[in-house]
Amino acid sequence: MALYIVRRLIAGFFVVLGASFIVYILVANAGDPLAPAYGITDPIARQARIDSLTAALNLDVNPVVRYFIWLKGVAGCVVGQCDFGISTITNQPVADDLVGRILITLKLVLAAIVLAVMIGIAIGIITALRQYSGFDYTITFFTFLFFSLPVFFVAVLLKEFVAIQFNDFIAAGAHIPWWFIWLAAIIAFLVGYSLIGGSQPRRLLFGGAGAVIVGGIFYYMSVTQWLLDPGFGPIMIAVIGVAIAFGVTELTAGLKNRKALNTALTVVVVGMAVWYPLQFLFYEGFSFWLLVGLAVVAVLVGMGIGYLWGGDDRGLSARTGALTAFLMGAVIFLDRSMQAWSTYTNDPAIRGRPIKTIGDSQAGLEGDFWIHSVDLFTHLLLPTLALILISLASYTRYTRSSMLEVLNQDYIRTARAKGLTERTVIMRHAFRNAMIPLATIVAFDIGQLLGGAVITETVFQWDAMGRLFQQGLLNSDPNPVMAFFLVVATVAVLFNIIADLLYAALDPRIRVGQ
Amino acid sequence: MTATPGAPDLQHTPGQAVAPEPDEVTLEQKETVGLSQSQIVRRRFFRHKGAMVSLIVLIFVLVLSFTSIGIGPIPGWWKWTPYDRPPPLNPRGEPTLSLPFFGGEGFAIGDHPFGQDETGRDLFAAIMRGIQNTMVVIVVLAILSTTLGVVIGAVSGYFGGWWDAILMRLTDVIIIIPIILITAVAGYALGASGVLTVAIVMGLFLWVGLARLVRAEFLALREREFVDAARVAGASSARIIFKHILPNSVGVIVVNMTLLLGAGILTEVALSFLGFGIRPPDISLGSLISQYSGALTTRPWLFVWPGVFIIIIVLCIQFIGDGLRDAFDPRQKRVPKQKDLREVEGDDPAAPSTAPAASDGSPA
Repeated sequence: MALYIVRRLIAGFFVVLGASFIVYILVANAGDPLAPAYGITDPIARQARIDSLTAALNLDVNPVVRYFIWLKGVAGCVVGQCDFGISTITNQPVADDLVGRILITLKLVLAAIVLAVMIGIAIGIITALRQYSGFDYTITFFTFLFFSLPVFFVAVLLKEFVAIQFNDFIAAGAHIPWWFIWLAAIIAFLVGYSLIGGSQPRRLLFGGAGAVIVGGIFYYMSVTQWLLDPGFGPIMIAVIGVAIAFGVTELTAGLKNRKALNTALTVVVVGMAVWYPLQFLFYEGFSFWLLVGLAVVAVLVGMGIGYLWGGDDRGLSARTGALTAFLMGAVIFLDRSMQAWSTYTNDPAIRGRPIKTIGDSQAGLEGDFWIHSVDLFTHLLLPTLALILISLASYTRYTRSSMLEVLNQDYIRTARAKGLTERTVIMRHAFRNAMIPLATIVAFDIGQLLGGAVITETVFQWDAMGRLFQQGLLNSDPNPVMAFFLVVATVAVLFNIIADLLYAALDPRIRVGQ
Repeated sequence: MTATPGAPDLQHTPGQAVAPEPDEVTLEQKETVGLSQSQIVRRRFFRHKGAMVSLIVLIFVLVLSFTSIGIGPIPGWWKWTPYDRPPPLNPRGEPTLSLPFFGGEGFAIGDHPFGQDETGRDLFAAIMRGIQNTMVVIVVLAILSTTLGVVIGAVSGYFGGWWDAILMRLTDVIIIIPIILITAVAGYALGASGVLTVAIVMGLFLWVGLARLVRAEFLALREREFVDAARVAGASSARIIFKHILPNSVGVIVVNMTLLLGAGILTEVALSFLGFGIRPPDISLGSLISQYSGALTTRPWLFVWPGVFIIIIVLCIQFIGDGLRDAFDPRQKRVPKQKDLREVEGDDPAAPSTAPAASDGSPA
């Protein structure tokens, strides 16, 4: 196994090395980096600029020699002295802000891929369970439609019809129009009706309940102008928490498992008990790492509670507790972030137009952790929506076909035949096995993500990795392009190896390295 | 709506029959009796409604684009060409297309159905030229990348050893080189950014995914008995590859080719949008969107119509690919309609009695 990994890493190293040589020669032939200098009218200044550029980029030597000079600089990374050369646009070393750019791009794509994978898998499973139903056909059509959308087309439409309209709507007092409430209620009815199996009255009941709940929520939000100053408050948090407890238990253990249900409800009670003290902790000096720490503590406490309740299957209760605790923590976090919303929208830098169409953060915004969290949210909303819409399709389709294949296996029939409940069959026997190919696809996709953000960054004017590449290429500036390529290619190759290893780890039938 | 006896549901109780398995088998056998493999595939494909509708729409769009403004020197029946600059007909060049229920009074096409831009160019003619260019991309991409992908994947998978090692490292290298860089170089170094150059460059570099799939298919098929039998009978490697293995992997190839084409169109559009693909004077749907993306508030029609045609074309190709996948997949079982089941089983009461429980007539 170790030998296999080492072999793959060495092969990957040579692949990146070879590709970087090809790319360097290509970039050297993609344009003249001196072209902007020729435009300088003053002959002395022009000559000085040409000379300095030639010296900085070693333009006086052959591109092949130049590549090895560049490679020597990059090889310095091994001893901690990276030299990616300078950018002719900024006259600064490329290595200076490379890490910052990578982080911004990660910020852009990470939320999108996590959400797209989760939503895609959920929809994929449901369409597989309801194969060839009206719901399945509708989802299939929409996933194909979203898949056919060019991302920049979606982006421009989202800017116009989501961001600007929503900002106008907030400015006009956040009264939700009736047609919207009715539309939401009708969609909720259709979704509820198609999701639930069983008899006709039962499905009508679920559809109707969904419609009433969704319509009621929107009506309440409209009447109270909730979106101007949103927040849950303790009562809403308790209600949502109990709903989460029941939902998680239904999915992991089934409501008949009293120990698991008690675990989940205990976790919610604990969450409610710490809600008030937590507000003081949130008040000052709160940071991202503290948030991560709290999430870990929440999960551990959830597991502990599950373990204490015990039951026939301690692990199952612990999992239920951990998942409930994590979601409960997310609700409390959401509640605190919402409290910063009205401060944020009324900030002089925001001027009551919260949803942003360009950039990754608001310049000149002062505030604590929560204000900046909301700022991040408003900037991420549109790009994340656009990326989710177009990448949702592949995850839905993969999950659906993988799930269908698993459901036709003999061991599923065996599981049903020995009398397991349908929930156990699907969640424990089918779902887990259907996820194996998905895991490798997700790992592979993450490898591609950094490079795939070029267009999204251009449309939303984020100054990060994609911008580095595009601007470098437009100005025939070799060093930024090479820095982009090196990072993207290394990540892609590494995640390719991870995808293979993951497959071998998850599927015992696969043996690597033989 | 279809009955769904095969679909398990969450509230399923163990005592209830899940799928009337024997019925499906009899139905399949009855339907495919006396037919060749290609006839079965064709029948299955023609039965896929989404694919058939898409095929018709795609052909309609193609015929429209090639007849309306003509091909090369041959003139079409449309009044304008993409290079005419007639004076604006409506103020700001608004579209003359009028559809009932969409705010129009009755149906009318008019002189500029999709409107004009600020220089007076007829958008309909420009879009038709963009579609023609997209078709050039599709054809070149299909020929080049399919040939390369199949040949390289086949050689690599069939011969293995050094061939495999070298060719697969080559695909590893090519797969991580950004395509945008290659078209940029082609545009600068070759001084060409026309349709054909972009299409050829894309064709030369987008075969890697297909090659990997074909290789995997060949790796599995070359171990099968019928290949051994052919080898014992003295068939040459070329004969085994082309006559014995390739026909068995044609499903994978065809399906992935359609997916590749759909992705290829979007790639070309994205390249043109970023300014590295098809550049003026040549017109691409992507460059039209890029050119007019600032005009959404003032002249929305300039932005919306090219996008609509991209979506139509890619969507049709996706559905055709889906239809082909269903048609080629031997494990694919058609969900029998109640009517079919009754025909096969005579008047067996069992078949209809299990079906309605899961029958789904949802209007969603």
